[in-house]
Amino acid sequence: MTDTFQLDGVAVPFEPGQTVMQAALAADHYIPHLCYHPEFKPHGSCKLCTVKVNGRTMASCTMPAEAGLEVESEIEELNALRRTLVQMLFAEGNHFCPSCEKSGNCMLQALGYDLEVHAAGFRHQYPDRPLDASHPDILLDFNRCILCELCVRASSEVDGKNVFALAGRGNTKHLIVNAESGQLRDTDIALSDKAMQVCPVGVILPKRVGFSQPIGERRYDASPISAQALADAPRPPSGAEHD
Amino acid sequence: MTDKKKLRIATTSLAGCFGCHMSILDIDERLFPLLELVEFDRSPITDIKHCGPCDIGIVEGGICNAENVHVLREFRKNCKVLIAIGACAINGGLPAQRNHLDLSACLTEVYLTEPGLVHGHIPNDPELPLPLDKVHPLHEVVKVDYFIPGCPPSGDAIWKFLTDLISGKTPELGHGLIHYD
Repeated sequence: MTDTFQLDGVAVPFEPGQTVMQAALAADHYIPHLCYHPEFKPHGSCKLCTVKVNGRTMASCTMPAEAGLEVESEIEELNALRRTLVQMLFAEGNHFCPSCEKSGNCMLQALGYDLEVHAAGFRHQYPDRPLDASHPDILLDFNRCILCELCVRASSEVDGKNVFALAGRGNTKHLIVNAESGQLRDTDIALSDKAMQVCPVGVILPKRVGFSQPIGERRYDASPISAQALADAPRPPSGAEHD
Repeated sequence: MTDKKKLRIATTSLAGCFGCHMSILDIDERLFPLLELVEFDRSPITDIKHCGPCDIGIVEGGICNAENVHVLREFRKNCKVLIAIGACAINGGLPAQRNHLDLSACLTEVYLTEPGLVHGHIPNDPELPLPLDKVHPLHEVVKVDYFIPGCPPSGDAIWKFLTDLISGKTPELGHGLIHYD
């Protein structure tokens, strides 16, 4: 018999070493998240996955599962905080969905939809962030960066290239390209790299793709992100499903 | 039920493209049941030029010039409930894409230095409202009660939102109706 913890009053089984997030997703329970990716070490920076564990707020992607924990996630208090986080991310960049190629495939947008974020909430900063279109096959639009570090992690841990990094601190923190010129064309990034596939928003885009997948037929058009995340969640192979 | 007082609605487009108003028309034949419940005050539909006392004000577009500020304040003063409709009203939208640029540099490029302009000049007719330095969403100027996101929101989204509101429910859009694009 495996150990369990309580998530919103339901017993969730877990394997030793799993985090609350991993166990919840594997057991078909959605916890909103943005910087967490099942294939990478948790980062714990976006705080969308904040839950209450025995009354204290914790990031569920970094919190190790323990027997007997009382975890609350799907409560209005936390969803209100999550809405505020989404609004802050929108306000600090230039997230202009109507002209973004990632619209419909964007996790930030899909989270806004799922949490019913209607209002801007904050004064938008409209920062000036020039594009990097130097690479023949890849466009970087820094306007949409949410500093999740997924591309940084993918490029160093999977691709072994260290193409991306975050520089600066606090409000000046920003994504940089690891080349003397600072331009993507002077790196060895390739279209087949993992770093090309993990951006949850519309920063790292392959050129000449655009809207070939039409708006309305995209990832989060079919079902909301809460359902998609569960469909994508890695699960241990069970006897019945294994072939 | 007879002679039930109709809700009075005013609508306007400020720094917008009238796309949201086109979407209001996209509620199609449901306009007839809607008109059982509401009547229109100032709106491009009625061509009434100033807003009187209303129950609901629907404002499309952001604030990009001095006249927009006056119209928005007239709406806020007269409408019990003010709704920002569309991306521009909510976060500035397309017009706000100039916000990281200098206004005079924008005007210079558009009217003076753009190739093909021979005798261009920056429009200065006194009847033209003065542009603001930055484009602002509505909630930075007045209190806004509700927001219908979308560029534009679909006719179905507008219908759902308005019928929720008119029937006294907290408006919700839900998957498929909430869009930022």
